[in-house]
Amino acid sequence: MTYDVAVIGAGVTGAMTARYLSAYRLKTIMIEKLNDVAMGTTKANSAIVHAGFDAKPGTLKAKLNVKGTAMMPQTCRDLNVPYKNNGSLVVAFSDEEMKTVRELYDRGIANSVQNLTIIGQEELRKIEPNISPEAVGALRAASAGIVCPYELTIASTENAIANGVELIRNAGVESIEDLGEEFVLHTAAGEVHAKYIVNAAGCFADQIARMLGDDSFELVMRAGEYYVLDRCEGGTVHHTIFETPTKMGKGILVTPTVDGNLLIGPTAATVTDRDDLATTEEGLAKVRAHTSKNVPRVTVRNAITSFSGLRAHPTSDDFIIDISKANPRLVNAAGIESPGLSSAPAIAEYTAWKLFEAMGGEPEKNPDFTPLRKAPVRFRHMSAEERAELVKKDPAYGRIICRCETVTEGEIRDAIRAPGGARDVDGVKRRTRAGMGRCQGGFCGSKVVEILARELGKELNEITKFGDGSVILYEKTK
Amino acid sequence: MIQYDLVVVGGGPAGMAAALKAEECGVKKIVILERAETLGGILEQCIHTGFGLQYFKEELSGPEYAGRFIELVEKSTVEVKTDTMVLDISEDKVVTAVNKADGLLQIKATAVVLAMGCRERPRGALPALVGTRPAGVMTAGTAQKYVNIDGYMPGKKIVILGSGDIGLIMARRMTLEGAEVKMVCEIMPYSGGLTRNIVQCLNDFDIPLYLSTTVVATHGKERLEGVTIAKVDEKMNPIPGTDQYVECDTLMLSVGLIPENELTTGAGIPLDPVTRGATVNEKRETAHSGIFACGNVLQVHDLVDFVTLEAQIAGEGAAEYILRGGFGAAQYIDTTKGFGVRYIVPQKINFNSKKPIDLYFRVGAVYPNAKVVLEVDGNIISSKKKIKLAPGKMECVTIPADVLSGMNADSSVTVRVEV
Repeated sequence: MTYDVAVIGAGVTGAMTARYLSAYRLKTIMIEKLNDVAMGTTKANSAIVHAGFDAKPGTLKAKLNVKGTAMMPQTCRDLNVPYKNNGSLVVAFSDEEMKTVRELYDRGIANSVQNLTIIGQEELRKIEPNISPEAVGALRAASAGIVCPYELTIASTENAIANGVELIRNAGVESIEDLGEEFVLHTAAGEVHAKYIVNAAGCFADQIARMLGDDSFELVMRAGEYYVLDRCEGGTVHHTIFETPTKMGKGILVTPTVDGNLLIGPTAATVTDRDDLATTEEGLAKVRAHTSKNVPRVTVRNAITSFSGLRAHPTSDDFIIDISKANPRLVNAAGIESPGLSSAPAIAEYTAWKLFEAMGGEPEKNPDFTPLRKAPVRFRHMSAEERAELVKKDPAYGRIICRCETVTEGEIRDAIRAPGGARDVDGVKRRTRAGMGRCQGGFCGSKVVEILARELGKELNEITKFGDGSVILYEKTK
Repeated sequence: MIQYDLVVVGGGPAGMAAALKAEECGVKKIVILERAETLGGILEQCIHTGFGLQYFKEELSGPEYAGRFIELVEKSTVEVKTDTMVLDISEDKVVTAVNKADGLLQIKATAVVLAMGCRERPRGALPALVGTRPAGVMTAGTAQKYVNIDGYMPGKKIVILGSGDIGLIMARRMTLEGAEVKMVCEIMPYSGGLTRNIVQCLNDFDIPLYLSTTVVATHGKERLEGVTIAKVDEKMNPIPGTDQYVECDTLMLSVGLIPENELTTGAGIPLDPVTRGATVNEKRETAHSGIFACGNVLQVHDLVDFVTLEAQIAGEGAAEYILRGGFGAAQYIDTTKGFGVRYIVPQKINFNSKKPIDLYFRVGAVYPNAKVVLEVDGNIISSKKKIKLAPGKMECVTIPADVLSGMNADSSVTVRVEV
């Protein structure tokens, strides 16, 4: 069978684009290299929705950021993904930095960002009392927000699949043949035939493009390291707190997450290995040092984990979303670094319309399309009455598996059975938060392994942390 | 809403002993709420021996020790609900729990005993440990469950970080199962475990213990492939140039236990910043009248035998509260930590108590040939010589009844180490 469209890469860009395409009468397949969606840049970034004053006016980044940020609240409502419009502050520590803040304000106005204000020390202290007393003022952006990037991607994937899109995993694309009318994609999971390709392969998008002779862009890997802090630190700040940007980058931010934790980071180091997700002593030390300067009250004593994420920096410094000059049936959606998450709904739309251009026009609409994704059960957010009702209907919701985050067996089962559902322990964690709390799966990890084995019809030692060789258990004891 | 005289949260050794003691004292309607499928708590996976030497005067395995109490609970009038998770305890002692059979339960309790135990510090609690995040990094307790309960090998070439008792026990356990335990690293200049465990679990199997050494990085993308270890200075910072790569597929962490006090703080009960358990009086009653705490949720114990004794105190206190409606003319003073003492449980005592009061405490460093001194109002009440005081071992001193009767609201009670 030949698909109309193969979307390579199931990160936020690929998943949201596939979802957009599912509103049309197109046979679309998402091809993912790893065991789950949202495994690359998507799962390890700042999880924020930028207002849009960073990007240079006139760039694709500027245009899609402002549009994507405006689309995000409705997108999250449709997909039942938590989103919070918490606003952001770029904090200045000197008159010199205040100058930069004013430049950002002007750039924001040029980019049509709404609700920007410059505030002084007094106002800053009033709205964020835990910011360093050394701070002299800030740029306040009321339209900024926070969202969970992997939840957004998982929800988009579920919705896309519900609307007819297919997903194959563990299907790294090894080579692509162009037969003229269609492509043959040789993947680790077999051949896929498709008329058009959307290249949303994240850190590997340049390699995919080169398979079809497109060497028009280059990606450089930048690693960013972060700490996630326990919920007891989650209320330290309400806004997303940025440092004033310098030539060295946007700096280290401090932000609450939609799940109530505090996230601090990232660093920005250029790396060559595209799978290198190791944190470093220097990187984490830098995160600690900057954070204690900006928000002195934050302490990593309450860290629950640290991680590193890679973002694909395009040497052109702008998103690369266009029909390939090398192949008219290939649409690249590459170089999606920050503000890629903020822009994601707009990137999906823009990419889809580039594809339609390549196809010669807008396809017929899918009459059965629904943009709505049913909310998964979230026991921890329910009232006593709702809980009582739920457990009466289905006792699986009466067994708590993860103590720290109050996640039930029923929710884990649902996450595995969902369209494009969890296949490994980390997949369950991202969908349900089981193991995401302060004990980091110490108690529930082994129970999650059991439930996965039971639901997937596997042995305990066939269950992995995140696919491939990430086995948790070896052979049975004697 | 259902009504119980006593709700015990947790059916491990602490919860069972507290419930049984309360019953013995005459409390009629008692229920234990246990989140696991069975009673026994963490003892069920501790299949090694060494339990019960103090309390039963014989050497039992964990399941055997728990089994003795499970049998007594089964014969008693104490009700048990397993697979039941307590979600919330309100200030007016309404306990909300959930399980598959009953759904959402709301129980009005006259008194509550908190006995939720503790959890292990995970990797994330080591903010300076860098590197990749592959499979194969786990806490020693999780590994213990995999090997002892599920019957699978969680690793073959193992490095253990932390020489607490669980780490030591797992070093032996994995060796006996055929794994290669390469070393145990301990960031402190001394082990946090019991001496008998160092001898029986490491020395007897020629497993090296590297003191003042920590794991600074993990390597490997999918499964762990190795770790970097380094010596640390007296401030516990890695010393440059002492890095060493050790090939292994598993890093087991035994880097401390944290009392599970989410329900406690949810009920508005203050915690001791050192023990990270509730502050209690000599009856193990928290700052919230009628709510008691005992076992590892109150302070991390070294021996389960002491958990049992502490739980019996809490059970007796709860019974008194239920049957007499409180503690009448109690007058409290704080206990004071003197030199070398990290914490004391109980944090406050009723000097109108007619019975002697045991003060349990831990020291903050290793003190060879030292004395434990108890002072009341500046007078030395007792001074006991110890061959070795170490943070891994819980110590105890007793305030005699006659000393208590001579005390008043301005009195001071201090425990200190004399070197």
